[in-house]
Amino acid sequence: MKAVEVRELVKDYGNFRALNGISFEVNEGEIFGLIGPNGAGKTTALRVVATLLQITSGSVTVFDYELPKEAGEVRKIISYLPEEAGAYKNLTGKEYLNFIAKFFGEGEKFHDMVRRGWEISNLGKRINEKVDTYSKGMTRRLLVGRALMVNPRLAILDEPTSGLDVVNAQEVRRIINSSVEAGVAVLLSSHNMLEVELLCHRIALINDGKIVASGTAAELKKEYDAGNIEEAFVKAIK
Amino acid sequence: MIGNIIKKEFKELFTLATLIPIIVIAIVFASVGQTIGNIGETMEEKPVIGIVDMDDGDFSDIAMSVLTEKAEVIYEGSDSEEGLEEVREENGVALLVIPENFSQNIYANNPGEIGIYWIMRGAGIMDSISSGVVEGLIQAVNQGISTKLIQEDSSYDPALVLAPTQRVETTFFKGKEIEGLSSSQLSNILSSQSIVIPVVVMMLIIMAGASVISSMGMEKENKTLETLLTMPVRRSHIVIGKIVGSALVGVIMAAIYMIGFSRYMSSFQISNINLADFGLALGMQDYLLVGISLFVALLAGLSLCIVLGTFAKNYRSAQALVFPITALAMISMFITMFKDFDTIPVVLRILVFAIPFSHPMMAMRALMLDNYSLVIGGIAYTAVFTVIMIVVAVRIFNSDRLLTGSVQRRVGLGKLVWGLRR
Repeated sequence: MKAVEVRELVKDYGNFRALNGISFEVNEGEIFGLIGPNGAGKTTALRVVATLLQITSGSVTVFDYELPKEAGEVRKIISYLPEEAGAYKNLTGKEYLNFIAKFFGEGEKFHDMVRRGWEISNLGKRINEKVDTYSKGMTRRLLVGRALMVNPRLAILDEPTSGLDVVNAQEVRRIINSSVEAGVAVLLSSHNMLEVELLCHRIALINDGKIVASGTAAELKKEYDAGNIEEAFVKAIK
Repeated sequence: MIGNIIKKEFKELFTLATLIPIIVIAIVFASVGQTIGNIGETMEEKPVIGIVDMDDGDFSDIAMSVLTEKAEVIYEGSDSEEGLEEVREENGVALLVIPENFSQNIYANNPGEIGIYWIMRGAGIMDSISSGVVEGLIQAVNQGISTKLIQEDSSYDPALVLAPTQRVETTFFKGKEIEGLSSSQLSNILSSQSIVIPVVVMMLIIMAGASVISSMGMEKENKTLETLLTMPVRRSHIVIGKIVGSALVGVIMAAIYMIGFSRYMSSFQISNINLADFGLALGMQDYLLVGISLFVALLAGLSLCIVLGTFAKNYRSAQALVFPITALAMISMFITMFKDFDTIPVVLRILVFAIPFSHPMMAMRALMLDNYSLVIGGIAYTAVFTVIMIVVAVRIFNSDRLLTGSVQRRVGLGKLVWGLRR
């Protein structure tokens, strides 16, 4: 079963076509990266899969659940992390994890989720302090913990390391990798092409709402005779 | 250099978004003021009264000459019932009855009684202006009689000279006959309802409304809303949860505000009249209705705020969206404060009824006068308004508008698709 199947997806905002018939698949236990410059359509594609946006045409299924018809079922098995998202500033980190976990379970399951979120975020005692007092890196770790603690079958991560320093970015990448080892499928976006090369099993290069190339990092570099993905991307859009 | 900074600040702050609400509020206040009327003009107008003179003595002649000179007398006769009917039909303020032994009593060193039958139409601040003018006329009558007493004989009791008449008053107000109370006294009793309740309701709506709109702005700015919308929870639950949560905060804020404001207002109360003596006291059932009216209006306001909040792009833009709510709450407050629902023009009456916040502002006064249909009708209307707003909000939450500011169009149909039921 495919984690995600996107076929000929078109998304219009009024007269503007943000996605122009893109197709891709994400396998179970795989990290799939959508990479491209700002405004290429990465976030729109992720938002459609995350049930946030309507589909203009085409089809999207998540673990065989069809969008938008079965959006309610999809929401039970996904976890979405928006780009540069924040958390409720008047809550402590623990209260925030509690708030989210309550949507997914009760009793022991609930406590396990919160414990897992705390471990993933690696916030130690700071988990009991208000989110307002957290640094950007701490907030991002809390949000990644929040996204992965619920044991989603599919994690949708929009620019997961955006704005983070090297140490925090590396930590977030480690968390993502370990969650995939536990069986989670990951669909992520990034404009940091070198990072994606390190992290993703397969990549789709997106530009102006179209996928211009896709495959493993090695395949893409070979196809475009490039030293790295950044170079491959530049050659692909020419 | 400083000019450059001033120019930047001005361009940043002086935008259409900040200007339009101010212009709208200014226009609204101007038109409400125009429609309600001018206090000065009302005070200058001669009050419309009827007079029944059954005395035909020296002092009643003085009274008659003062009254006919300074008031528009639409009835002069000897039949109180007929006079009362005439005053009612001609929208008069009061019927003054001078009894047979009026002058005789005064000559006998006793105050002459003047019967005043007040026809009170509304309990708003503006509604009691005409009765205030009539009270002034009675003072003028007293002055005329006092002058004559002093001129004639200095042996009269000084107390009589200072107050040669005493009033026996009855007020007719919305089907109730309230004996022993003038319309201004009644107006004073009802003023707490005329002022305190509209102000508190207005503050409640603005405070709770601002918090829910700001919360929407904050959620969008922090992208917590995006996260929330991907949770396995119905959109309607998100909307209702936001509304009820904000309503609870609003109620707490209003309670704190009400304690302070009602103590402030009580310092102006000059009446220590027991309302139960005049059939104006509220029972438990009435208070329950007031509470329901207030709560439903709060929910209506907040559901409207949620809809407005969906237009907020961030915390800053959310602040500007509070203005429509502020304007509506202020329109309701000023109209219900200055005028009674029954005494305003039909257009304003429709406007006041259509604004859900008006209903709790009017509820207590209406219940005092047993006008249950207005209160229950208001609750029913407000409940329907709330449901419609919640449905609209849920539809918006199901559409792209919340994240993109636009809605999905279905190609070929050209109709708005507000999102599929999820």
